[in-house]
Amino acid sequence: MPASPELQRQMLRQMQTIRRFEERASDDYQNGAIYGVVHCYIGEEAVAVGVCSALNNDDQIISNHRGHGHCIAKGADLNRMMAELYGRQDGYCKGKGGSMHIADFSIGMLGANGIVGGGLSIVTGAGLAAQMAGQGRVAVCFFGDGASNAGSFHESLNIAASWKLPMLYVCEHNSWAANTSSVMTHAQTDVAGRAAGYGIPGVVVDGNDVLAVYEAATEAVARARAGEGPTLLECKTYRWRAHTERPGAVDPRPAEEIASWMARDPIQKLVDDLKQQQGQYSDAEFQALDDDVMAAVEASVAFAEASPFPAPEAALDDVFAD
Amino acid sequence: MSMREISYGRAGMEALVEEMRRDPTTLHLATDAPPSLVEEFGEARIRATPIAENAFSGIAIGAAGSGLRPIVNWSMVTFCFVAMDQIVNQASKIHYMFGGQQTFPIVFRSSVGGGTSLAAQHSQSPYSMFMNLAGLKLILPSTPYDMKGLLKSAIRDNNPVLSFESTRLMGLKGEVPDEDYTVPLGVADVKRTGSDITVVALAWLVHEALAAAEELEKEGVSVEVVDPRTLFPMDNETIRASVQKTGRLVIADEAGPTAGASAEIAALVTEDPATFKAMKAPLKRVCALQVPIPYSPDLENHVFPDRNRIIAGIREVMAAG
Repeated sequence: MPASPELQRQMLRQMQTIRRFEERASDDYQNGAIYGVVHCYIGEEAVAVGVCSALNNDDQIISNHRGHGHCIAKGADLNRMMAELYGRQDGYCKGKGGSMHIADFSIGMLGANGIVGGGLSIVTGAGLAAQMAGQGRVAVCFFGDGASNAGSFHESLNIAASWKLPMLYVCEHNSWAANTSSVMTHAQTDVAGRAAGYGIPGVVVDGNDVLAVYEAATEAVARARAGEGPTLLECKTYRWRAHTERPGAVDPRPAEEIASWMARDPIQKLVDDLKQQQGQYSDAEFQALDDDVMAAVEASVAFAEASPFPAPEAALDDVFAD
Repeated sequence: MSMREISYGRAGMEALVEEMRRDPTTLHLATDAPPSLVEEFGEARIRATPIAENAFSGIAIGAAGSGLRPIVNWSMVTFCFVAMDQIVNQASKIHYMFGGQQTFPIVFRSSVGGGTSLAAQHSQSPYSMFMNLAGLKLILPSTPYDMKGLLKSAIRDNNPVLSFESTRLMGLKGEVPDEDYTVPLGVADVKRTGSDITVVALAWLVHEALAAAEELEKEGVSVEVVDPRTLFPMDNETIRASVQKTGRLVIADEAGPTAGASAEIAALVTEDPATFKAMKAPLKRVCALQVPIPYSPDLENHVFPDRNRIIAGIREVMAAG
């Protein structure tokens, strides 16, 4: 089912929000307001937005170390996200998690994760809970080509397929596991081909085409809701920035490879698609959208700056639940 | 309260069955689905998993975070090492790391200890590795009563709890009430009162310590036996109070001594000024030798502590002051 014009505009806004949020997060990381490490999703926005646009609020997703895009696409609050990056009390995790561990269980965002492959089985448990609840909920895993080589990938897909869990496994194939090319580590080019080993559909889609991602995800989600089991959806995409924003971070990727993918900007592609639908979109509209997005990002920074740092003794809170 | 006698293994099964009847959000994940459980609770709640501990331990975490209350049985503790990412990086930290926004009620059961010629991999008592992680509760029952009561508390707890269950004690009989009861987590039990020396013993060694106490009573030595029952949170107060009373301490553990639960107990006693001042002699640890557990019976028996080594340890401490 193709996305309605209204939904397409919403997708564009979300993709631009991810990009502007991360540009700001990177700047503030460089200037010391954000600590630890930041991994940027810029260039891959169409995957999170295309998939999450096919989901309901009570559907669940799990993310990875590169998680801002998944949070925003699932509807997380920018203010609480930025406050978490700033290490503040009003952040999603009260300053306990930072960039790599943002979660919002109230919107079905089960968390970013610092272990590559760590989320695959956890979200499969959410899929099991969804199946047992019997209310048509689905669970979605976002992971990279790096995680697809971890044992948890095989174990989780095998179980999900065996139990026909309502799952969608979304491989964001950006061809680089940190600083190692997938050419060195994958016996086959397409991760989706592994689906055959579990007897489930394996679909390859252009991960920089948000409408194509949305349509493929919509089909897979319908299949999951109908009780027909999981799908492995491989989205070919690319990250524009180095593995981390750390100053001096190693980036062995060829300049021409990066440039060729930047020429296929997923945001520009959707703008072009909207323009092609005659009379549907103008540069002025996009400028207005970007102004709105920039204002929202600015507001999130203001919110973060106004939020106090947690009291040091708060380090002792929440080790155990009551 | 009417009582009846059942085995330690049976007590664990009763706790599981009664809690699964009590709470429809519970489910069981293990590589083996016992037919009696499937018959009562159905295949949806009694899941036979592939032999993929990493995945089904993670599945338990995700299910717990989505409103269920999973009980995982790894069978032998050996197999949990295949799932260490899920235990160490995920389960122990997920509540804290996300700012306490979600609870993760999970019980991970496994058998520990040796004495059955299963050699190095399948004779381990590695609970102290998990004591060092913040975010996990650990139980180690020594009697059918404690097994049933602690496991019920663990299943009702809103945190990940590791239940370490002694292989040597599976057939041990003991009394349990007919009525529903629980044993609270974090509360030690004085299994025998005495006045001359405290033996803090774990799991199977509780029974060896009680046998040692019987023997030494004939010589006029009064031994108090304290069973922590929960390794985290540890009941420091009960252990310290006992040592303050007797002034002497032996710690008996089926695991090796290095950075073990015995080391933690030694530290919690000696770093407390009042308890330290009350001590009349250096404490003594009676533990397994610090080697992988060997197969052949004479080798295995040489490695593990028993009542005779506890008696020797007590005599050594009594002689020292």
